[in-house]
Amino acid sequence: MPSLKDLRNRITSVKSTRKITKAMQMVAAAKLRRAQESALAARPYSERMATVLANLSSSMEGRDDAPQLLAGNGKDQTHLLVVCTAERGLCGGFNSSIARLAREHADRLMAQGKTVKIITVGKKGNDILKRLYGRFIIDTVDLRAARTLAFSHAQAIAQKVLKLFEDGQFDVCTLFFAEFKSVISQKPTALQLIPASVKGGKTPDLGGAIYDSEPDEGEILADLLPRNIAVQIFRALLENAASEQGARMSAMDSATRNAGDMINKLSIRYNRQRQAQITKELIEIISGAEAL
Amino acid sequence: MALHFELVSPERLLFSGDVAEVDIPGTEGDMGILPGHAPVLSTLRPGVVTITKEGGAKERIFVRGGFAEVNPQGLTVLAEVAVPVAELNAERLAQEVKDAQEDVSDAQDDETRRRAQENLDHLQALQSAL
Repeated sequence: MPSLKDLRNRITSVKSTRKITKAMQMVAAAKLRRAQESALAARPYSERMATVLANLSSSMEGRDDAPQLLAGNGKDQTHLLVVCTAERGLCGGFNSSIARLAREHADRLMAQGKTVKIITVGKKGNDILKRLYGRFIIDTVDLRAARTLAFSHAQAIAQKVLKLFEDGQFDVCTLFFAEFKSVISQKPTALQLIPASVKGGKTPDLGGAIYDSEPDEGEILADLLPRNIAVQIFRALLENAASEQGARMSAMDSATRNAGDMINKLSIRYNRQRQAQITKELIEIISGAEAL
Repeated sequence: MALHFELVSPERLLFSGDVAEVDIPGTEGDMGILPGHAPVLSTLRPGVVTITKEGGAKERIFVRGGFAEVNPQGLTVLAEVAVPVAELNAERLAQEVKDAQEDVSDAQDDETRRRAQENLDHLQALQSAL
């Protein structure tokens, strides 16, 4: 049975833990708002991009000279997984759920006899995947130094991916990240980058007219597709940042609540024990007096 | 009749509104877009987009890497980098030129080298014009 002093120490320690988790929750809430804003600001660009790509690619369909980034290089043997996670932990199941999705995907591919290569973005994902899939990880990207996500970060990753593709290092590329649904729900998502999936963009009504293209459609597409990869990665990174803060906020919220519960329980135990001790001492005094 | 114009960069929406005319630096030549222009898709070279607002006020924005789309709803310019010319200084441009030079020397094959060289030429032209 712990002594009164032990209990008191315990209560103080839980109290300071609660202070920390509470502070982390508030920091996450503030960061979440900023992350959400930038994710929202990036949306028009990627939406327009998707629309134009859908337009152009429908005109390229079935043509032999369609760019490889759109049509694929005709093979399906080597898969590259780009796994985007957070740089920090303490955000609930955020990192592990993305890693799990990537792991399931990798296992499925390997069961089919495909080759798997992995690029991790973010330290935590690397830590999780390193143990089981260390030999497949060909590159890691560290964004810890970046205070705010800029488009150039996404571009750097995109360039790496494109270079590998040009060198014939892989045939299909899939991006893993957590889509931001709401503060309490983030959905791990797999998005195929190469060959590009361009479905979903809606075509504007031209009223019967057709686009004049300068230079021709093929050349615009060749220019646009590599950009699209960077845009998709940028979007994924922003969604991820918002999701991470959301996950951290709810994780820290429940941690704060748990600490509160624990303090209550410990205080009750402390008070009971204190009372028991006083009663015991009284009994000792009274029985001592009676014996005289 | 006014032209609805939007300038979007990956990080934010820079301009959205009705204007009288927009001049854009297309890869195959500058284009002046007036209300009611036929649908066009064009890639952009590094250069300056000039927006003429209704009433004649002009706004100039430097763009790099992107494309323009004209449809009956208006004109949309997507640019990887977009900086108002007022905020653009010689240092920033010098940095862009330096990056472009690196691109040229890094280029692996003739096609990418040609593209990078074109990029560099446009930037240098802009640098001397400023």
